[in-house]
Amino acid sequence: MIDFKRSINFGLLAGVSMSFLGSIGMIETFNARTLINPILRMGDLFLYGTLLAIAYFAARGELNVLEQPKVEKGTGMLTGAAVGLVAAVFTSLFLLLIDSVNVVRFFPNMDQSMIDSLTFEQGIPLGLLLLAAASVVVGAVGGLLPALSKEVRKSVWLVSSWVLSIALLEVVVSDIVENRSAIRLIYAPGGGLRLWSVAVIAVLVVVLSRRYEGRLGAFTTKVKESDPKSRLRRGIIALAIFAAIVLPMLLGGILNELLINVSLLILMGLGLNIVVGLAGLLDLGYVAFFAVGAYGMAVLTSPLSPTISPELSWWLALPVVLVLATFAGLLVGTPVIRMRGDYLAIVTLGFGEIVRILLLSDWFTPVFGGSQGIRRIPGVQVPFLGEVGGTRPELFVYLTTAFVLIAAYISYRAQESRVGRSWAAMREDEDVAEAIGISTVQAKLLAFVTGAIVASFAGALFAAKVGAVFTNSFDVLVSIVILVVVIVGGMGSIPGVVVGAFVLIGVLGGPKSPGLLQEFAEYKLLFYGAILVVMMLKKPEGLLPSVRRSRELHQEDMAQDAWLDKEAHLLEDRLEV
Amino acid sequence: MLPRQVVSNTTETTASARRFRFNWVDSFLWFIRVAAIITIVVGLTGTIQNFIAGEGPTVTQWRDLFVSSISTGAMYGLVALGYSMVYGVLGFINFAHGEVFMSGIMVGWVAATLLFQYGLWDANPFFSLAVVLVIAMITSTLIAVLTEKVAYRPLRGAPRLIPLITSIGVSFFLQYAFAGLFGVGLQTYPSPPGILGRDINILGVPIEGTKLLVIVVAILAMIALWYFVTRTKTGRAMRAVAEDKEIAGLMGINVDRTIIMTFAVGGAMAGVGGLLWALLFRNVQFITGFLPGIKAFTAAVLGGIGNLPGAMLGGVLLGLFEGMGPLLVLDGLGIPAVSQLKDAVAFSALILVLVFRPSGLLGERLGSEERA
Amino acid sequence: MPLLEIRGLTKAFGGVKALAGVDFHIDEGTIVSVIGPNGAGKTSFFNVISGLFQPDAGEIIFDGDNLAHHEPNEITRRGIARTFQNVRLFPNLTVLENVMVGQHCRTKEGMWGTILQTKKQRAEEAMIEEKAKEVLSFFGTRLTGYRFDQPAFVLSYANRRRLEIARAMATEPKLLLLDEPTAGMNPRETAELTELIGKLRDDRDLTVVVIEHDMKVVRNVSDRVVVLDHGVKIAEGDYDEVSTNEEVIEAYLGRPAEAG
Repeated sequence: MIDFKRSINFGLLAGVSMSFLGSIGMIETFNARTLINPILRMGDLFLYGTLLAIAYFAARGELNVLEQPKVEKGTGMLTGAAVGLVAAVFTSLFLLLIDSVNVVRFFPNMDQSMIDSLTFEQGIPLGLLLLAAASVVVGAVGGLLPALSKEVRKSVWLVSSWVLSIALLEVVVSDIVENRSAIRLIYAPGGGLRLWSVAVIAVLVVVLSRRYEGRLGAFTTKVKESDPKSRLRRGIIALAIFAAIVLPMLLGGILNELLINVSLLILMGLGLNIVVGLAGLLDLGYVAFFAVGAYGMAVLTSPLSPTISPELSWWLALPVVLVLATFAGLLVGTPVIRMRGDYLAIVTLGFGEIVRILLLSDWFTPVFGGSQGIRRIPGVQVPFLGEVGGTRPELFVYLTTAFVLIAAYISYRAQESRVGRSWAAMREDEDVAEAIGISTVQAKLLAFVTGAIVASFAGALFAAKVGAVFTNSFDVLVSIVILVVVIVGGMGSIPGVVVGAFVLIGVLGGPKSPGLLQEFAEYKLLFYGAILVVMMLKKPEGLLPSVRRSRELHQEDMAQDAWLDKEAHLLEDRLEV
Repeated sequence: MLPRQVVSNTTETTASARRFRFNWVDSFLWFIRVAAIITIVVGLTGTIQNFIAGEGPTVTQWRDLFVSSISTGAMYGLVALGYSMVYGVLGFINFAHGEVFMSGIMVGWVAATLLFQYGLWDANPFFSLAVVLVIAMITSTLIAVLTEKVAYRPLRGAPRLIPLITSIGVSFFLQYAFAGLFGVGLQTYPSPPGILGRDINILGVPIEGTKLLVIVVAILAMIALWYFVTRTKTGRAMRAVAEDKEIAGLMGINVDRTIIMTFAVGGAMAGVGGLLWALLFRNVQFITGFLPGIKAFTAAVLGGIGNLPGAMLGGVLLGLFEGMGPLLVLDGLGIPAVSQLKDAVAFSALILVLVFRPSGLLGERLGSEERA
Repeated sequence: MPLLEIRGLTKAFGGVKALAGVDFHIDEGTIVSVIGPNGAGKTSFFNVISGLFQPDAGEIIFDGDNLAHHEPNEITRRGIARTFQNVRLFPNLTVLENVMVGQHCRTKEGMWGTILQTKKQRAEEAMIEEKAKEVLSFFGTRLTGYRFDQPAFVLSYANRRRLEIARAMATEPKLLLLDEPTAGMNPRETAELTELIGKLRDDRDLTVVVIEHDMKVVRNVSDRVVVLDHGVKIAEGDYDEVSTNEEVIEAYLGRPAEAG
């Protein structure tokens, strides 16, 4: 029998979520992008995706780790359909309310076009019926999922994620492939995959996944367990570097621009990863060091710098920026050295804001140009190629990549060295680290300064790329977005930062720059906030965790296994002999 | 009051209690202290000289500045209570509390606009304000309780930084959810009813009605909260949970319910603060909660986090620092356009307090009783 | 001249005097046990010597220098290492890493060497690892082999204690402070560790101060015994002298008059 109370609760949850997504205008905005022509638009994907997920959880029941939940197909579908129905009724009532009361004055997005976007452009009342029908079907599918066998579920998941990824990658594909007619084979003229290409992808994915069943998994485990110095690892790193060299040649200007933004964020992510991931110091004002690099470079190189204007070349200015960043790192690091973790976070946030306020103030306008910023910052002088700046993104991207590689190398080396061990010890237990002879003052300052230098290099590159610096590029959002990148990727994990930056910045967009899909622009920070919460609740170690960090966060479980569990204890004793 | 838990839950051995030989970190800190004092003294002298020379603000302007600083500070104090209570009970900084505050102002704005539209705002000003107050309080309370249930409850017992990071996520989610719902523009409350615009004489000092109302409401809210925490059963339960969650649970206190109450009361106080914000500044936007939130946290730390009267005291002091500081000190140093630096002064206060007196003015010294 | 000489060491927490003018000395190459009832100030004694707490008054003369008010890391570098009563390892670092961290204050390669992978840096890393393995082998095969790469938190209680001692030994101390090293061990493990503590002195030329509750251990290992009670040294001497001292018996068992 289906649990009515549960269905109604989940249905209401789904209804509220769907109404909310509509009310913030997200469905309307996202519907501008067609994913599968003519049946699926991105707005609908988010709308019904939410419902699908909620129906799935409603039907699956509370997950018990030991027992696989047993869901009957009929019950599952009924539960899901009930959830869908309740959600549709709630949403319809909400839409009727909006239709009858004019609230646009207060809620600019709750207008006729919102009603249209949720009712397949059919309006009230026909659209509401369509909404109900779609919701019931989607709900039923969601409810059916947990009743399916694991293999089928996996296939469904694989097919839908591949189809959606390829649909989303339309921008990239049409940028790389020159031949228009080839693109038209896969993608419809109005955007979105053609139906038959969806079918081909689905068949390919199913066939290939059956054929190579388990091999991919085995391969990733092999990589994970391999020695960091093994041939396999080196091969993967070589392949990644090779891709980094070849990719910009294939991409057009816009995507190279995006690639530059992503790699700048990777660079900063790697820097913050040293401070937060390795040394365990939560720095929320990391953007300050980015600003030091950018403004330092601007003042030193731009002919329009108001007071101090030595007009150095980029390379000559870089060591000066390095020195400035070192000072900035010490200046921020020293006062907070004896501070507890959470206070440290707030104080660094304060430092970040003070830097921005001072840069903007009339007081420092004579040096930093205030709200006018500093313009005409020259690009980077490169032998044989001349000046490389933002106007030549296909070349500039190599500069950012080079710095990313250097930063990754430094983090990697530091991790496995005396310095990295002292950070790890300090992160685990500051007092004991001190008691076994580590100067925590030195270790903390070293982490702050290293992080500051990496961020300042990102700032220096940023200044050269944009050709101008303004204070609004340096607000607290930047710090937060970098933190999200580091956390999503996995604190302390270098590949984590790289992947996290590609996924988040690439798709959603950076703090100040658009990502692959322009539609996200208004909503990316909503997503960043939600992602941060979900990651902390469900997967605090990140997507590609460093071994050590995931140990740390699951230590309690494992320690319990090793300690309280009798069998484990016996096993331990046996091993002891 | 609530502060003791902070003390007993500090596992780190008391960095602040250590006194080492005079090393260079200490020298640097002393340098900051001395520099801060010199800056203040030089700035004050400059301002006084200007004043004697007849330049700068007049006596009346100083007085008005003082009053408005105090009323702003009282508002910070109310918001600070939420930070203080949550920190006292759960031991983490609820970064999203600023957004709880903003939500009350935002929804209150809808109510106020409607009341204005139907003519009630001017006809029946105090009734209208009461309606806005109730709506703001309900909204803030709901948001606070909801965040606790969804985001913080599953993290109970996690390392301190995990809920902090979560609350940063909650904060951004709420900001941009409100941006999506209410638009990104600056919304304006209808101008306050006529009576409040007038000056009212208190002991021969004329005070603008709005500001007086703000101060009065803040004091009333504070008294109500004080009564609630010290005299009611729920309040006692809150204090018990702040001391030791496990023992309180064993004593038959429903810990979950008490923690929800803590968030609810903090949210309600933020709602009151929201009304005061509306009276003082009349503007609201989705990012309105961010800066006041951080300032209110500063106020909570300044007064001694976990200490409720301390939060109020800290709020008023911070209001004075940021309201008077720029004109009183920075102007005397010859810095142009000092009002731009208001927030920088508040943040400097935050840093100085956390560096030099993290236990706050009314707080106890952290962890001095540890003994192995 | 004694290796460590302490004069008039005082430390109060609030109104409670954990240490009230303790005098203490230990000669090089000896083992001294510190005993006393719970709350006698034994652990505070260690905390003050190792710099975790600052003394209110008194001198800690080690190797001719007064170490009072030095930072803990400085004290460790001068040659005093310690273990903790409630075992404080770095639970997520591996066994080997835990010990390698101990070498921190004896090595010096910094960021530059690490980045440039200088010959010196690589040699130092190899040396650290070798030294760590050598120290771990002090405990036989219990912490070697496959254990090197296990995170510390999977170890059994006894092994955690051993690892903590190994970490302290890796700092190459002259003086080792062991806080209840045999607590929580079974009799066989206790006997084994007692023997090892003796070896620390005989084979490794270490000077050791042990806080211990197990009188069998105290008798077997100590060259001299010091008794603390309420932050005051009430007796010292060899085991037999101390164990028959009336004041000591009183401290442990309570005053007969009070009991009656």
